[in-house]
Amino acid sequence: MNLLPLFFALPLAGAFLIPILSKIWRGFSDLIANSITTILLFLSFYSLNLFEEGEVIIYKMGGWPPPLGITMVYDHLSALIVISIAIVVFAASIFSIRYLEHFTGRVKFYTLFMLITAGMMGVAITGDIFNLFVFVEIASISSYALVAFGIEKEELEAAFKYMVMGEIASLFLLFAIALLYGRASTLNMADLANTLSVAGRDQLFWFVAAILLFSFAIKSALFPFHSWLPDAHPSAPAPVSAILSGIFVKVLGVYALIRLSFNVFGLTPQNSPIFFHILIFLGLVSVFFGGIIASRQRDYKRLLAYSTIAQIGFIMVGIGIGNFWAIAGGLFHILAHAITKSLLFLTSGAVVYATGKRDLEELAGLGKTMGITAWSYRLATLSLSGLPPLVGFFPKLFIIIGACQAKLYWLAILLAILSVFTLAYLLKIIRKVYFTTKEVSTPETPFSMRLSMLFLVILMILFGFGFQGLLNSLIIPATKVLLNGTGYGRAILGG
Amino acid sequence: MFFFITTLILIIIGLYAIVTKTNLIRIIIGFAILEYAINFFFALVGFKKGALAPIITQVDGPKNFVDPIPQALVLTAIVIGLATTALMLSFAIKLYQKHKTFDITKIKELKG
Amino acid sequence: MSLIVRKIASIIGGFIFLYGIYIVLHGHLTPGGGFAGGVIIAGSFVLFVLAYGTDESGEKKRFFIASIFESIGALFFIGIAFFGLFLGSLFFLNFLPQGLPLKLLSAGTIPLSNIAISIKVGAGLFSIFLALAATKYFLEE
Repeated sequence: MNLLPLFFALPLAGAFLIPILSKIWRGFSDLIANSITTILLFLSFYSLNLFEEGEVIIYKMGGWPPPLGITMVYDHLSALIVISIAIVVFAASIFSIRYLEHFTGRVKFYTLFMLITAGMMGVAITGDIFNLFVFVEIASISSYALVAFGIEKEELEAAFKYMVMGEIASLFLLFAIALLYGRASTLNMADLANTLSVAGRDQLFWFVAAILLFSFAIKSALFPFHSWLPDAHPSAPAPVSAILSGIFVKVLGVYALIRLSFNVFGLTPQNSPIFFHILIFLGLVSVFFGGIIASRQRDYKRLLAYSTIAQIGFIMVGIGIGNFWAIAGGLFHILAHAITKSLLFLTSGAVVYATGKRDLEELAGLGKTMGITAWSYRLATLSLSGLPPLVGFFPKLFIIIGACQAKLYWLAILLAILSVFTLAYLLKIIRKVYFTTKEVSTPETPFSMRLSMLFLVILMILFGFGFQGLLNSLIIPATKVLLNGTGYGRAILGG
Repeated sequence: MFFFITTLILIIIGLYAIVTKTNLIRIIIGFAILEYAINFFFALVGFKKGALAPIITQVDGPKNFVDPIPQALVLTAIVIGLATTALMLSFAIKLYQKHKTFDITKIKELKG
Repeated sequence: MSLIVRKIASIIGGFIFLYGIYIVLHGHLTPGGGFAGGVIIAGSFVLFVLAYGTDESGEKKRFFIASIFESIGALFFIGIAFFGLFLGSLFFLNFLPQGLPLKLLSAGTIPLSNIAISIKVGAGLFSIFLALAATKYFLEE
């Protein structure tokens, strides 16, 4: 497919076109950014028609054959991630048009926005481990700058803290790549998979696996390594919070971890139970503490940030159980949580835009005047806590089914209880912000903000009612890619 | 072997500086040490005793080169390191502008 | 800076710039290339700014020009990659004739990419220097 490099080349080109063209006319920055995210959205859905289940699209950069040159690999797992990124980025870029009125430096914002998009897209479709590191760094560095975008005391402190944690993770990723290169003398992920499965598992193999787990646990903010997230995500402007919480941690943390551990290292629950038990443990602790701490917050965005930690925990538990339905649930939750959590952060942006406040004690009675924001928030709450017709119900159901199939009944019951607990802390915002009868006269949010929120609400309902189609066309093929294990290497290199 | 132990020591020094120092600039120096240690390690991975630097000066020249790929990758990693160091320094400068101090124990607006 | 520094800088600066261009143009034959050459080119500009000093308006002007050149360099690089996509249906395809090995005009698009990278790196590094040097204006306040 000739269109594959467009996924990261278009935003990259946009990032450098915006600073030049916006010197001619300031409106170009909005125009270019929004048209590129729209094109990405169409491309990502269109790309699903181009290949069948079990097929892999291989794109050779510059025409070099796979073990030598950089390859781009597009299978259903990549497609799932690319679609999630495209949806969140599209909604966030529409939302940014009016939200940025509070900020100076619209051009710089859109440049960083395009770079973070390019980095995430690159991570999702690359088939080369060093290229993965480069894209991780492109996305990370632009995210540090975006977190500090307000350049006030809190933002700078949060960004510095985030950067210290994130850079340690990135440098250890580089260290692991160096060890892998010394071991296998190749950087192509398919070739690595073949070499590692032939070479067998010695201490170095497990050492590299441990470093990678540590690195991606920081990037995905699992519980003991989470401390940067509740500061960094609320400090960013709301559309960026939506990207960071909605999709960024999943692409850089969860996706990179599962791609490397399943497809390159060939780990399965049968041959490496300790690794998967660690994942279940970290995930469960994240769900538990994320939920507990979230319920004690009094800041709109911090509460949502802690909720992100809890939901990432759900994904990790699903991956850690490791049978078909649990992994399908985990992958489905990546998409479902991307839609709902970015919607929740966009409502926080609408509230901040209208009132300028984030403290739950000071906000009250917005349910009447900001009707669409309030209803978006309510629907997203119901979806995330698992009300049946909405999209958030199915992933948790699948994870619980998977836990039952793996004979982990205590885990299934615990997950069901913790899933209801999600409703408890998210309802706190409804009760404080939208439900009280106090009369206030805040204006309804501008049209473009309502449009982006409505887009996500419609997707949430559509994917909920049409989950069967989504499951068959995207989630199940993506799960089969993961369960194929090191067959990934044979599928790309042949033989 | 001596060089690998050196990289290990350098990595530990870098991590120690990042974890224990309270001055923003010293933390950034710690990052620089950690980054260079890992780059050094990566360059060592491609080393071969007695081999030449991978520069082709004639068409049918000698062929026993060290592995050039780690060197190219380290160059990329250095470029990325330049960007991170510059961004970190600019955060440090902005924090100094707001707080008039580089001491992170005195910069505590957030709860964590 | 003193007269001696200024005089020496004005003599040496041009040679440093030329050396940077040499490194860039021979990037596909010898060690060096776009990044190393770009750093040297940026170094020559940094030398001039250090020797002759600058004020706030001059710094803003330089920053503006450097940021434009940075974007142009990056667009040039992506443009080369897109040309490969349009001409040969592969991103980053080396669509130019390869030439003889070890000659200056060889290796297809690689020298062009080196030039693009050197513009990007030179302008980018110089603007990083300007941004960090600009802190002296608010620290004195």
